[in-house]
Amino acid sequence: MIHTDLCIIGAGPVGLFAVFEAGLLKMRCHLIDALPQVGGQLSEIYPQKPIYDIPGYPEVNAQDLVDNLMEQAKPFSPTFTLGERVDHLDKQEDGSFIVTTSDKTKVHAQVIIIAGGLGCFEPRKPVVENLELFEGKGITYMVKNPETFRDKNVILAGGGDSALDWTIFLSKVAKRVTLVHRNETFRGAPDSASKVFDLANNGKIDLILSANLKGVSGNGVLDTVTFVDKSKAEIKIEADYLIPLFGLSPKLGPIADWGLSIDKNAIEVDTRDYSTGVDRIYAIGDINTYPGKLKLILCGFHEAAIMMHSAFKYVYPDQKLSFKYTTVNGVNSF
Amino acid sequence: MVNFTVEDQEGNRQECEAPDDMGFNLMEILKAYEYPILATCGGMALCGTCHIEILEGKDELGEATDPELDQLENLPEYFPTSRLACQIRIGDVLEGSVLKLRGEDQ
Repeated sequence: MIHTDLCIIGAGPVGLFAVFEAGLLKMRCHLIDALPQVGGQLSEIYPQKPIYDIPGYPEVNAQDLVDNLMEQAKPFSPTFTLGERVDHLDKQEDGSFIVTTSDKTKVHAQVIIIAGGLGCFEPRKPVVENLELFEGKGITYMVKNPETFRDKNVILAGGGDSALDWTIFLSKVAKRVTLVHRNETFRGAPDSASKVFDLANNGKIDLILSANLKGVSGNGVLDTVTFVDKSKAEIKIEADYLIPLFGLSPKLGPIADWGLSIDKNAIEVDTRDYSTGVDRIYAIGDINTYPGKLKLILCGFHEAAIMMHSAFKYVYPDQKLSFKYTTVNGVNSF
Repeated sequence: MVNFTVEDQEGNRQECEAPDDMGFNLMEILKAYEYPILATCGGMALCGTCHIEILEGKDELGEATDPELDQLENLPEYFPTSRLACQIRIGDVLEGSVLKLRGEDQ
């Protein structure tokens, strides 16, 4: 069990800045994010795009902003659980919470801060009957541990960079790798695409182009994957694993089940302190909504500062909070 | 004003109109009509959540751009007339067209 003052769900820009604001008030933070890296949609979707509306930065590259926020949070030694989704929030008798993730990591915190953006990024799933039946029984949407696939027959579906990269990587691990793509060409990195064509030409992998995923079958566990080619002919391939790689998309996920007031996929908050209707749970950044809400990073930063002053009373119930400027007092690390 | 028809995931059709002199793109108009489009990236053709299929009027709208194709080709579903709504500027070319919302995100 991890013990912390504040558990921040979502390690995007607003969650990261919240660490700094919490640190100024001597509150420690643990952050959890479904993505394997910090930065939220900035790192996942547009790391190399410029942002023009961060005060003091006429132009800043999205990943640079994330890196700077990590640097700014560093004095307060935040800890992280990445690549895991928060599934459960359990209120304790003393008012604190225990958070449980998809991988059963447990975090005990006095206050929960939801800075989840548009929700957790989850894999896009192909529209194929019975797909869910084989999830975890041969169908997986990400490669967490490549050793899982050693000496197995693996099919990858997709044509983006991750499909190309994993095809190249797994060709050295798996017994046989088959890459199936709906087009004749790949739009991913030209180097990776040419490596994949080389592997296919040398008989190291099977490459099936202009084909679409049609069905999956097996007796309890996956054993056959069916594709349709452009002449509508069915291709059946025996496989131990199918890895569909069609990108990620945000979903509100389990947050919807935590008893919070939700309007159009956003959590309704009180603008005095960005508290939700549930004691000790706050929501900041793109995940919240209130009259006049603007989904801007800078608004999330403001919300983080305000809410920390409200959360202080739960972490230090016997202390009076006094407002201090960093220019006067500096940043006192811990 | 430009008039066009939108079909949602359930097949319900609605006539929509949009001003053609304010620089809007189609994704912004669909959101204004409260269609459940995430538009995660805000219109940079980087997330694919505003995926639509052009049912009528494809010739006027032209082909998908390269950045659109980069996204569209990686979506689980892809149709010969797939487009990203954020990359379609509101203009005369949309007049009379019929669009269907696509994608598992909507």
